[in-house]
Amino acid sequence: MTPAEFDFIAQYLKQKSGLVLTPDKQYLLDSRLTPVARRFNLPDLTALILKLRSGGDETVSKAVVEAMTTNESFFFRDKTPFEQFERMMLPALMKARAGQKRLRIWCAAASTGQEPYSLAMILKDKALSAQGWAVEIVGTDLSTEVLARATDGLYSQFEVQRGLPIQMLVKHFEKEGEQWRIKPDIRNAVKYRQANLLEPFRGHLTYDVIYCRNVLIYFDQPAKKDILERMAKLLAHDGYLVLGAAETVIGLTTAFAPVEGARGIYAKTAAASSLQAAI
Amino acid sequence: MKHCLIVDDSRVIRKVARRILEELAFEIGEAEDGALALDYCRQQMPDAILLDWNMPNMNGLEFLRALRGGGAGSEGERPVVLFCTTENDLDHITAAIEAGANEYIMKPFDKEILEAKFTETGLL
Ligand SMILES: C[S@@+](CC[C@H](N)C(=O)[O-])C[C@H]1O[C@@H](n2cnc3c(N)ncnc32)[C@H](O)[C@@H]1O
Repeated sequence: MTPAEFDFIAQYLKQKSGLVLTPDKQYLLDSRLTPVARRFNLPDLTALILKLRSGGDETVSKAVVEAMTTNESFFFRDKTPFEQFERMMLPALMKARAGQKRLRIWCAAASTGQEPYSLAMILKDKALSAQGWAVEIVGTDLSTEVLARATDGLYSQFEVQRGLPIQMLVKHFEKEGEQWRIKPDIRNAVKYRQANLLEPFRGHLTYDVIYCRNVLIYFDQPAKKDILERMAKLLAHDGYLVLGAAETVIGLTTAFAPVEGARGIYAKTAAASSLQAAI
Repeated sequence: MKHCLIVDDSRVIRKVARRILEELAFEIGEAEDGALALDYCRQQMPDAILLDWNMPNMNGLEFLRALRGGGAGSEGERPVVLFCTTENDLDHITAAIEAGANEYIMKPFDKEILEAKFTETGLL
């Protein structure tokens, strides 16, 4: 691949999905886009890039952008963001919303569904709906391919053994051949739709908790700042933002501040209300 | 250093599990069936037991019932027991949990799965 081709594709991806691709990651282009080229009967990456340059073919563009996303996820990933949900966020919000008995949660990079389903399993075990609570979990992702898998709710034996306690497997999954399918009550607790974080957030109501984990790491500073500040506008004044283990708001925006004693969890600050930007 | 007993009739599996668990800083003991595992536990009760299901003489479930029932002494409630077996249907898993298993690993396993399950049960 020529430097000019690399620059084009790096710029292309940054604009479409926010992904920042440094030159040392060129091997990723080769390994992930060669199968895409083949799928569209193109001889090599040069031909694929030419196709992107000429524009107009949405399916090729979408396939390229989705192939370059990292979709790895697992149930109860990093554990603490889910323990904190159960022990700290949920009790505080249930107290604050005791009147409406309504909670809304957004997983903003839901990938193959493990994160929203982990939350749905916690809520199910707490029997919230039995106590008259209406909890909505919305899962969005750029990639329709991962969302189709999330919607399907079918996981390999390997996937259900990373982070999912065995009691949870027994309680919330059914075996299907060599795979495991999440039960309908958990499946139906989550609504999925495609959404690009770089674009205006459309069709959202106010959320009480936003999980935005392991996606901002791929973006540059201005994109992170912009997304965080638009999220601040969609978050209830006493809501929580949960980021991934390698992510922070510090140095990016004053709209959020870390919640003391709860790593990776952020609350809105007074500064958030003076933000001018659109959602 | 935590002490883990690997119970499996396959020498290959014991070797693979040992290599991974030693990397995770466990001290390892081995037994090739449930009866030998019970003897082992009478001598020194491990912190964790990685337990196969199908083995000659005494299978994993029989061993676990004996262990939790005091067949290897009063300390038998203490070890964290993780089944590690090719039996991967709900009936087997449920029976194992009812007999007192703490976790359940479906073979084939790798380092990532062992690490996740050992973390899950507080051993790491
Ligand atoms: C590593 S996964 C994170 C999954 C889950 N949140 C977790 O922490 O396990 C990152 C996800 O972000 C999605 N993604 C990447 N760029 C995006 C964008 N611009 N808008 C929305 N989602 C995006 C990818 O498709 C991928 O599924």
